[in-house]
Amino acid sequence: MRRHAVQAMLVIAGALIALVGFGAMPAQADGETVQGVLRNEGTPVPGVNFTLTGAGGFSGQATSDATGKWVISVPGPGQYKVTLDAKTLPDKVTLRFPERNPFTTTVNSDQTKSVIFALGKDTRVTESNADQALNRFAQGLRFGLLIALAAVGLSLIFGTTGLTNFAHGELVTFGALVAFFFNSKLGWPLLVAAVLTVVVCGAAGYLQDKILWDPLRRRGTGLIAMMIISIGLSIFLRYLFLFFFGGTTKSYPDAQGATSIGPGSITLTALDYLSMAISIVVLLGFAYFLLRTRTGKATRAVADNPALSSASGINVDQVIRIVWIAGGALAGLAGVLLGIAQQINYQMGFQILLLIFASVTLGGLGTAFGALVGSLVVGIVVEMSTLFIPAELKYVGALAILIVILLVRPQGILGRAQRVG
Amino acid sequence: MDWANIIDNALRAFIGLDTIIYALAAIGLNVHFGYTGLLNFGQAAFLAVAAYGLAISVSISGLPFGVGIIFGLIGAVVMAVLLGIPTLRLRADYLAIVTIAAAEIFRLIVRSASLRDQTGGSNGLSAFSSGFYDLNPFSKGSYGFGPFVYNERDSWVLLVGWVLIVLASTVVWLLMRSPWGRVIKAVREDEDAVRSLGKNVYAYKMQSLIIGGVLGSLGGFMLALGKGSVQPDLYGTELTFFAYTVLLLGGAARVLGPVIGAALFWVVLSLTDNILNQAISAGYVSTSIMTSNQVGQIRFILVGLALMLLMIFRPQGIFGDRKELALDGR
Repeated sequence: MRRHAVQAMLVIAGALIALVGFGAMPAQADGETVQGVLRNEGTPVPGVNFTLTGAGGFSGQATSDATGKWVISVPGPGQYKVTLDAKTLPDKVTLRFPERNPFTTTVNSDQTKSVIFALGKDTRVTESNADQALNRFAQGLRFGLLIALAAVGLSLIFGTTGLTNFAHGELVTFGALVAFFFNSKLGWPLLVAAVLTVVVCGAAGYLQDKILWDPLRRRGTGLIAMMIISIGLSIFLRYLFLFFFGGTTKSYPDAQGATSIGPGSITLTALDYLSMAISIVVLLGFAYFLLRTRTGKATRAVADNPALSSASGINVDQVIRIVWIAGGALAGLAGVLLGIAQQINYQMGFQILLLIFASVTLGGLGTAFGALVGSLVVGIVVEMSTLFIPAELKYVGALAILIVILLVRPQGILGRAQRVG
Repeated sequence: MDWANIIDNALRAFIGLDTIIYALAAIGLNVHFGYTGLLNFGQAAFLAVAAYGLAISVSISGLPFGVGIIFGLIGAVVMAVLLGIPTLRLRADYLAIVTIAAAEIFRLIVRSASLRDQTGGSNGLSAFSSGFYDLNPFSKGSYGFGPFVYNERDSWVLLVGWVLIVLASTVVWLLMRSPWGRVIKAVREDEDAVRSLGKNVYAYKMQSLIIGGVLGSLGGFMLALGKGSVQPDLYGTELTFFAYTVLLLGGAARVLGPVIGAALFWVVLSLTDNILNQAISAGYVSTSIMTSNQVGQIRFILVGLALMLLMIFRPQGIFGDRKELALDGR
């Protein structure tokens, strides 16, 4: 075979070039082959016949061996058609994608081309659209409730102090990290860890206000300056978390290995349902606090008009302290639950920060209930949108809503129509 | 500890590629934030649009280099108009949130796997810069003196970068002493007053957004050409926040503020990186406290801290004038 001789010479020349140091050349002397390994649910399938045809009337045959492997040498680069003889498959074993048999493949020079015929049941999406939509809706509801926990705090902090807090996402991350520390390092049950985390995060919120924001407010620092300071704080904390926690993604020991319990097509675990229930109870409790208690009413008054509330005898400083404690605690809880829903990493809070902003803006900046409604809408839109767009683009939909809302109704769904520009 | 090496690196950082990129980004931001008072938190998007405009035109569509630059610039103008329409009538904090969201939308879309054939997905694009290096007048060899010795490629990048900085700074200087610049600064101080004088505040803000965006996009070209590739995650929110730190360090609303800020910023980061790395490899810092992998994280911690402290104690930066800062929410 002249062709092989030429190839052998080329290979030797290539090897020489590689030796001289011009970089690696493929030094395979076997020419071009098409091959594959046939497996059914992990076990090799022997005795299946393959036929290969190519240009110029070339044809070759092979049978899979005991390891399921089959190899057909081809005369040179080009396009080849591989056919699996379905009759030689064992009983009850079928091709997963019958439409891909025969399979056409292109072989390049000196290439060992692998062709895989998948066997077994077709495990591609079998759910009906309605089932998928139901599952996405449930996931969206859970995600929306999570965002709501963080968004309510952010919105109240904005309402009472005017601060657009870019470091709010770091409070969420902090919650997840503290709970991870309690659950994984100290071995406390997740529920205990969660309760303690909420306490720690409330304290963190209080301290953040006491150390940083309260003195700045007293100095009369401008709102834009405070916003930029919060960005600095966000970067500072995020990379501090990275420094101590590391860049890997972890999950709570207690939350691993849970299986979904339905109903129907919904893939939520028992822990997911528990965390949704906790979110709902906490949000309802907070709503009760805002609507029925004296302090809650004072909080809403300050969020509405700080100067007027101060003049009517409300202790604005105390209200702001309470808002920071509550905001920190709620964000911490959101972090714990987000750690269960996804996993824990140092920038998980920052990743949802823009969604929190979108929720708050959608609902109306500074209103607690607007933030709640906005969060549910954002959560459900984010998850439902994966029915139509790739999952990696799901946050884009929510951010686009943010921009559209600002175009048509800048005060948000529940916000009061007022001048915002 | 090899102090000579540390100081050489710091001196090179003074005029290096990072300094050029961030100086250009911050010059654009200076027009937005320093002079007009627009809180644009999406500056990264302008750099990204320019870089991707160039990279897609040349490496996907096979257009010549010059056409790629034109598409990049058009991209920056279109970005500014699209950002401006919904936000310029709104309050400053809304503008901040929308611009940061828009920048993230752009980054998420170009890094999406479904657009891999157009944008390269999360790997980005390369092989578009040969047109730029074909113009290189330096023949093969090394140029410079003392610690500043570069090969012909780097010399060309640095030369073009610094020429662009001089041009951009001159444009800003000329603009800001023109009647247009006085209106822009008046918009920053009190836009209602400007409106009552019959000026179209919205149009002025839009012009400022476009000019600052185009100036910033020059930084995007330098980032793409200097690295020889575009990579979506280089254009994240950190780029914008670093540019803010640079601007506030040098002093907002000053023509040379961003340039000096960028040079100082990268010198300080180079010093801390190199000193920490050498201290770790010399064993002065125990690896139980910090490994050399963590040095890069210290950089971000420092930037965050610097941004906070600057804003709290010296918002006007080194050269700025406190009265010229738009820091009170309106």
